[in-house]
Amino acid sequence: MAKLIFNKMLCKSCGLCVSVCPKQIISISKSEINSKGYFVSELIDTEKCIGCAFCAMMCPDSVIEVEK
Amino acid sequence: MAKIFEKPKMLTDKPTHYCPGCTHGQAHILTARAIDKLNVKKIIGVAPVGCAVFAYEYFNCDMQEAAHGRAPAVATGIKRVIPDAIVFAYQGDGDLASIGMAEIVHAAARGENITVIFVNNAIYGMTGGQMAPTTMIGQKATTCQSGRSVALNGYPIHVSEMLSQLQGPCYIERVSCHDVKHIRQAQKAVDKAFQNQVEGRGFSMIEILATCPTNWGMNPIESNKYVEEVMCSVYPLGVYKDTTKEEA
Repeated sequence: MAKLIFNKMLCKSCGLCVSVCPKQIISISKSEINSKGYFVSELIDTEKCIGCAFCAMMCPDSVIEVEK
Repeated sequence: MAKIFEKPKMLTDKPTHYCPGCTHGQAHILTARAIDKLNVKKIIGVAPVGCAVFAYEYFNCDMQEAAHGRAPAVATGIKRVIPDAIVFAYQGDGDLASIGMAEIVHAAARGENITVIFVNNAIYGMTGGQMAPTTMIGQKATTCQSGRSVALNGYPIHVSEMLSQLQGPCYIERVSCHDVKHIRQAQKAVDKAFQNQVEGRGFSMIEILATCPTNWGMNPIESNKYVEEVMCSVYPLGVYKDTTKEEA
């Protein structure tokens, strides 16, 4: 099982990670806001993550780190 | 558990000022990752004028800010004074293809041993979405509101094709970052551009097709689709010049 670490302070809510996830388990939070005022992206189903790192690779702000 | 993907060491922790979804962040990551792989201590970057004007805050190496468009000239000077340093210029399309056209052409013609990262988003981002030399026919900008017309504004400049006609450059490739597959290819291209400099082969330039969601008036995902469908057909991806193959 892979673990995603979100550095939420850097997230700008662009949604590119959501668009590339093959399992569609990343979404933009509807409640959590970071200090810059963006709704942050989050993993909604930890069990399903396969650790492909597509989200981390696509993120232009290096928000996501992947452990496997 | 071991980390399989993390932020490149060559980038600082400072949050970037770029708009959400902007490809500049991705271009920074590609450049930083390529430098990380080199294992070289002396690295000097030259920052442009434009959206990436604060690039010196984000790269974890020595940086020099150049006057508008003059990054290849400044990089030339630095490389000639400190030949053992790895020198790269990072420029946008308004900077490189408009005001800095002379500098890039002459640096390429001289075959200076530097690496140029050229981020082409087909618009002037920082100043508010004006038409750039690379704006495509029919593309809307604040200074061509019904789309760029050939009769009034002429044709866009294809920088990679143009520079590949010169004898000086060693390696010129156009890449895109609109999906994971193309990011991997882009990473290979940027790696090679830096490796060429380490081996002293001469001038390398990587043109990265970029999005500008704010000034294109699209969301980041639509922008990536626009790059894939429209921009990649106007600016075809691929290697335009590679003298390393001829030598081998």
